Amino acid sequence: MTASHGKHLTNLTLTIWRQKGPNDGGAFESYRIDSISDEASFLEMLDVLNENLIGEGREAVTFDHDCREGICGTCSLMIDGQAHGPQRGTATCQLHMRKFESNATIVIEPWRATAFPIIKDLMVDRSAFDRIIENGGYITAQTGGAPDANLIPVPKPVADAAMDAAECIGCGACVAACPNGAANLFTAAKVAHLNLLPQGQAERFSRTEAMVETMDEYFGSCTNHGECEAACPKEISIDVIALMHKDYRKAKIANRKELARK
Amino acid sequence: MAQAINSRRGPVTGTAKRAKKRKPFLLDLYSTAVGKKYVMAITGIVLIGFVITHMIGNLKMYLGKEDFNHYAEFLREMLVPILPRTVFLWLFRGMLVTAGALHVHSAYGLTIINRSARSVKYQSPRDYQVANFASRTMRWTGIIVFLFLFWHLADLTWGTVNALGTSAADGKFVRGDAYGNVVRSFERPPVALLYIVANIALGTHLFHGVWSLFQSIGWSNPRFNKWRRWLATGIATVVVVGNVSFPIAVLAGIVGQ
Repeated sequence: MTASHGKHLTNLTLTIWRQKGPNDGGAFESYRIDSISDEASFLEMLDVLNENLIGEGREAVTFDHDCREGICGTCSLMIDGQAHGPQRGTATCQLHMRKFESNATIVIEPWRATAFPIIKDLMVDRSAFDRIIENGGYITAQTGGAPDANLIPVPKPVADAAMDAAECIGCGACVAACPNGAANLFTAAKVAHLNLLPQGQAERFSRTEAMVETMDEYFGSCTNHGECEAACPKEISIDVIALMHKDYRKAKIANRKELARK
Repeated sequence: MAQAINSRRGPVTGTAKRAKKRKPFLLDLYSTAVGKKYVMAITGIVLIGFVITHMIGNLKMYLGKEDFNHYAEFLREMLVPILPRTVFLWLFRGMLVTAGALHVHSAYGLTIINRSARSVKYQSPRDYQVANFASRTMRWTGIIVFLFLFWHLADLTWGTVNALGTSAADGKFVRGDAYGNVVRSFERPPVALLYIVANIALGTHLFHGVWSLFQSIGWSNPRFNKWRRWLATGIATVVVVGNVSFPIAVLAGIVGQ
């Protein structure tokens, strides 16, 4: 962090949400960063802050992070009122300090949703997403030897559309950005990813019904603002939400017919 | 099948699950947020259809008193040889009231769900990227239009707040003289202004609502997706321009006794 080359940002003020535990009230606290390279990532900047805090004998700021290359979906952070900060299509870990100015005040808050209770400081519990996945985010696959590649033909446009949805890293930015705290983009991305492909057809309707109704137990409802799409680090389109709404309505009728046979 | 965790929308705890009790089909569907959005979208289509037809019908005002009142009478006589007079009109009104009630009820239910989905608000200001004025104010524009509806009925259907004269000449509500009632009402500038404000609220509501209903029902296709926004803008514009023209035309003397 003390690289002599490159530009540096100076005199940053960080306003960070500190909360001791799930039941603590919590409050904003201000911290100062005297100088930081503009090549530092946002999380590296927080690492520097934590080094300083530990050096001063104070408690480090707790925040979620893992791969730091934008693929694990662990980092979060509401930065200046935007999920994952000001850069489109970028997770917090890939956001760099060059996007900020010297002398700026940066406000950092955890995701806020009833389904995402705060564990500590900036870290939230996103296991409500796991409940949704458990209820249908899988396919039936044969055990035994690995099948030959390309045994099941998939049209290229379908494979592309499914891949676009499968890009979802489950970070929860859609819920955080949604004025209603809805998880429709996350759930729809998972539903679309499996429902588009031939391998996902066996559970298509039971999956859609189960995942939508599990989502419904924890999250708000979609009012089509489009904030989720704007916040998504993988830029997943809200078109997948329409696809989920279509499959849910089909599922309610299809599943009912299946049940009637019992 | 879907299972419900015991405490609905409580904290994310673990695995205590019970089998979900199935309600009758439509109630089961309506109990979910996505189902409420279907109801909102479908009743929205009914109400949009009415609003457009209402505006087109009112354009008859520009053809003069006789044409306009003839049209008003026709509404009572719709399907007359098949049904007695005004029966179809009452069936139609019943459908509109049902659609309106369901639209408002689902909006109320969804608002409660959305409030509880973020029980602790963001403590720092949000920086919204794409949510527009229309989408952010749906509840307010909806409430304005809903309240205005009662004024509108009291003014031009029941006549209780229409021009309060003692005779038709100096401004009294006359049952059956739709044209005269409209003119007498809009000749009062504050009332004309109220109609203009309410219609701008309606247009704002439609600007988001018409686009939004496609997403809610699940009508999405790359072939027509770019037209959804144009359709919403078009319907909102046509309805607002048409409806706002009436009070202006009366105040400007283009439409008069």
